Parts: sequence; structure tokens; C-alpha cells
Amino acid sequence: MNTIFYIAGGVAIISSLLAITNRNAIHALLYLILSLLSISVIFYILGAPFSAALEVIVYAGAIMVLFIFVVMMLNIGLEEEQENKWLTPRMWIVPSILALALLIIFIYVLKEFQFEKTTADIIGPKQVGIKMFTKYLLAVEISAILLLAGIIGGYHLGKQKKKVLHRFIDNIRKI
Amino acid sequence: MKFVFIIAGVLISVLTIAAGLIYVERRLLALFQDRLGPNRVGPFGLLQVIADMIKIFFKEDWIPPFADKAVFVMAPGILIATILLTFAVIPFADNFIVLDSNIGLLFFLGNSSLGVYSIVLGGWASNNKYSLLGSIRASAQMLTYEVFMGLSLVGVIMMADSFSLRDIVEAQRGGWFVIPQFVGFVIFFIAGIAETHRTPFDIPEADGELVAGYHSEYSGMKFGMFFVGEYMGVTLISALIATLFFGGWLGPSFLPPAFWFFLKTAFFICMFILIRASLPRPRYDQLMELGWKVLLPLVLLNILITGGVLIYTHSL
Amino acid sequence: MLSILRSIWYTFLHAFHKRETQGYPEKLPYLPPRYRGRIILSRDSDGNERCVACNLCAAVCPVDCIALQAANDENGRRYPEFFRINFSRCIYCGFCEEACPTYAIQLIPDFEMGEYDRQNMVYEKEHLLISGEGKYHGYNFYNVAGVDMGVKGTGKGENEEAPVDLKNLIH
Repeated sequence: MNTIFYIAGGVAIISSLLAITNRNAIHALLYLILSLLSISVIFYILGAPFSAALEVIVYAGAIMVLFIFVVMMLNIGLEEEQENKWLTPRMWIVPSILALALLIIFIYVLKEFQFEKTTADIIGPKQVGIKMFTKYLLAVEISAILLLAGIIGGYHLGKQKKKVLHRFIDNIRKI
Repeated sequence: MKFVFIIAGVLISVLTIAAGLIYVERRLLALFQDRLGPNRVGPFGLLQVIADMIKIFFKEDWIPPFADKAVFVMAPGILIATILLTFAVIPFADNFIVLDSNIGLLFFLGNSSLGVYSIVLGGWASNNKYSLLGSIRASAQMLTYEVFMGLSLVGVIMMADSFSLRDIVEAQRGGWFVIPQFVGFVIFFIAGIAETHRTPFDIPEADGELVAGYHSEYSGMKFGMFFVGEYMGVTLISALIATLFFGGWLGPSFLPPAFWFFLKTAFFICMFILIRASLPRPRYDQLMELGWKVLLPLVLLNILITGGVLIYTHSL
Repeated sequence: MLSILRSIWYTFLHAFHKRETQGYPEKLPYLPPRYRGRIILSRDSDGNERCVACNLCAAVCPVDCIALQAANDENGRRYPEFFRINFSRCIYCGFCEEACPTYAIQLIPDFEMGEYDRQNMVYEKEHLLISGEGKYHGYNFYNVAGVDMGVKGTGKGENEEAPVDLKNLIH
């Protein structure tokens, strides 16, 4: 189990790094997908098969497809000049400070709190479902409302008014 | 040892069926169109499969110089890998199953959603406008129909109380799920056709408008992998329909259980081919409209009614 | 929705219809007697060539696939010295058959003329000439023609008057 964990973790870290450093947008996204898949393997061996499956279906399967879809439509090439223009050294200051703060907290937590070894209780889909609709019902409802708002917003944006009555009538008006 | 045997059995049977379907489809299409189909090579043209295979193996495997080579090579492999992986969770018989997982159905859905990449990346890496159009259509179509595919199975999952395909088959000893879940079955079938992008929903290929869609630039065995992958997808969806709605390997005991499973699967493969022979291809927006305006409300209603009935019967 | 199911059902019923496919090499198709296929040159009932090398067929041919050279034999009878049809050009229109005054050139119900070498599609006279009379039995051009070619004397024909004596004013 441990070796699988280390292999999956290593793949996740390397592919995440490659996703950041790669210049080709699609290749970077592919590395990101690989990273998500290896994280789902980690979920599985930690005893959470349901979230492993959801990771693949939702993140790797649906969201990343949309990412690739958009990148394909935009036809992003290798535009380094613009990037070089935008990424001045000054831009790095604020993110670096924030990341440093997170790193300090992370080290502090690791040092102060003693975790017990994770017991690999397998949490099946059924337990997840029961928890979602009892203990975490409020969170589920809130996210459902948020998604509903998203759907309505998407519908509104996508709705098109009929602008042209008929191509001849429209042309006459232009003349 | 038994494990290896099962894996080999599943692999060999799936690949044989998929390769054989090349011949079967042509013969059946001919049958529905008052023709004879391939009958030259060997008895009844049966060796046509081998002839096709030899041809496709020895064709020049050409990668266009303008293509993104790594992605171009990878794309057909993704398709084959995802489909073959899914067969691991399908029970061919009571104990003839590679991986009896408690997330079997989710495993199928995850793999089918990864299968989209094959087509999307194949079209993108070809660097050809028709391929790109095909893959853009494919990504929209397959994402949409994945939603209904997942939702149409919720009724079955609720009735069987499990994601494991083996438990779902066992739960059908009292009666096939096609009777209480008829709406789910119809929607799963439609979504399955769209997911394997078979005619009438072959909009990503649409040879009338897009040359051959996402695989326009593919040749040789890479094209062969797309080609066989489509038939494997058809086999997969048929096997899942047989498992989820028609009682899988269950059947009268005078024949072995695996035989019943193959019989049901073969029936739905024939249905796929019959539908291909009879229906024309809808327009892209019509397909999306059918999905979001007809199938989605229907499938949600199906879930609601199934849930209500289940709660009512449990409370009695 | 119903129409979709109906069209699937009707397509299924086609499985029990008669096959439209012709099993050609094994089962030869029926060709009507007037089918326009390979071109032949026929002989009359006496076994002589019907062709009189009048060149009408070559003139009427829309693709110019017929070539021939006229010659006279020792009796003064016209015959083609060579007669060449390039079947890779021929469109089987049948104009040559219509134009022929002697029923010599005829199109017969045979279309199996495939060749591997294109040059083999050029048929010479010995390939074209058959020993029979083709479609028109008992017909001999010189039976109805005005000239004496050893078939019948001048003016001896059925609906033929005796030749006019040009040196006599009284008939």
C-alpha cells in the first residue's frame, strides 16, 4: 500500500510541476489531468473509493474537458513575449508572501499536532450519501442553490433574442 | 492463477467480439438494406475479419508533419484503454468478473468521461480544421450525454441499493429492472448511442460535412484503434444494458449463465446496428435540444418517482 | 417518437425482403437479345464478309473508335483490308449498327471484356469477325443491291426491274 501511495504521490507532484512549467497549454492541461488521476488513486488507497470515483468523473472527466474545450477554441499559441511583459519581478512579491505564510502554518501544524496513523476505514458511497443528507444537509442545500443560480445564469446568458426577422427584410432596412 | 485466467478470458472475448463486429455490422446492415454484404472471403465471408485486420496492420501508419506528435499517438490509446478498463467491472457470469468493486458503476462513468479525451485530443492534435470541429462537437455532445447516462442509472442504483454490478444483477432475481425502470433504460440506450457516437448520433464524425471528423488524419493501425474502439464501445454499452436492465447472466438454467449474458449483449448490439440502418443524423443543435429539454426533465422525473415509490414501499 | 419507432420497424422488415444483389460471377444476369455489348462483324449466308468498307460506321462513331481501310478483292468486291475497333474508347452507343447498310456490324449481348493490358482492348478484324450471321439470318446485301457480285445478276432481284438500257429511248 505504501509503495503505491509513494508512486501515486510522486506522479502527482511531478505532473503538477510539469503542468506549471509546460509552455504548451494543452500539454500542461494533460499533465494536470494526470495529476488529478494520481490523486484519485491516493483517495482510493486511503479508503475513500467514492471520492476517488468522483475525482475522476467530475474533475478529470468534466471540468478538464471544458478547459481543453476552451483552449482549443481560443487557439492559444506560444506567446512568450506577452507573458514576459506581464510577469515582472514585482508581480511575485505579494504571492510569495502569501505562500510563505501558508508554508509557516503548515510547518507549525505538522510540528505541534501529533496525528495518529490514518486508519484505512473504507468509506463506501452509502456512508457518504447518508452523511450528506443528514449531518451536512445545509452545505448540500447551499451548494445546490449555488448551482441552480449558475444554471439560471447560464440559461440567461445563452438565451438569444431573435434579431433577424428575415434576411431580405433585414437587408432592406440596412439600405 | 484464476485471476489471470479471468482477465485473459475477458480480454480475448471482448477483442474477438469487437473485431468480429466489423464483419457482423456489415452483414447486418446489408440484411436491412436488401443486400448481401461481404461474402467473398471464406465461407459466408467469415474470413473478411482476418482480411480487414491484415489490411489495417500493414497500411502505412502516417503521422502528419503538422500534427502534435505525442498527443496524436496517445489519443487512440486512451480510447482503447478506457473501454477495456471498464470491462473489468462487468460480470460475465456469477464469478466471472475481474474486479467486483463497490463503485463499479462509478468506475464505468469515470472511464467513459475519460474516453472523451481520446476524441477531443485526437481532433486537436491532428491540427486540421475538420478534425477540430469534430472534436469540439464531440466534447460538447459527450459531456452532455454523460449527464443523462449517469442520471438514468440512479433509478437502478436506488433499486439495487449498490454500485456493484454484481449486486445489481443479483437484485434482479425477482424481475428485470427494465420493467420498473423503462424510462431509465430508454434514456440510457439513447445516451449510450451518443456516448459511442454511433449513427444517428455520429455528429463528431459526420462524414457528409466533416470528412471523417476527429479521425480524418489518422491512418493505419491508429485509425484501426479508433475503428475497433467504436465497436468495443458498442459492446460495452450493450453489455451494460444487459447487466443493468435485463438481468445480466440470469436466465433459465438449461444454458450456462455466461451464454445468457452473451445472448442479451448480442441482441443489443444488433439493436445498435438496426438503429444505425434506419435513422438519419440529427443536426447538432437538435441533439443538444433533445438532451437538455426532453431527456433531462424525463430522467429527473424518473428519479423522483422511483425514490417516492421506494420510500413508500419501505415504509409499509 | 412514434415515427422513429415505425421507421426502425420498417427497416427491420427489410431483413425478410428479396435481396437486390446480383451474384454476378456465379449467377450470370439475363441480358435481353438487343443488349448493346461487344461489337462483331458478321458474315452472310454464303460465308462471305458482309462488310463493304463503306466507312459509314467510322463516320458516325461519336468517339472515333472505329478505323478501317477499304480494298477490292479479285472479283472487284469491296472489303475492309483492316478493321480496328478500340474498345477502350467505345461507348456502346450502337450508332455503327444503325448506320451499317449491310447489317455487317452488330452489337451483341456480351460485356465481359476486361483486360489487364490496355493494348488488348484494341480488336482487329480477326477478333471481330464471327463465322455466323448474327441477328439477321438469310440476309445478303447483294440480294437487294443493284450490283452483280456473283450472288444474283443485275435486275434479277425480287422487287427489281431490269436495268435501263441507256442506248434505247423506248422502254
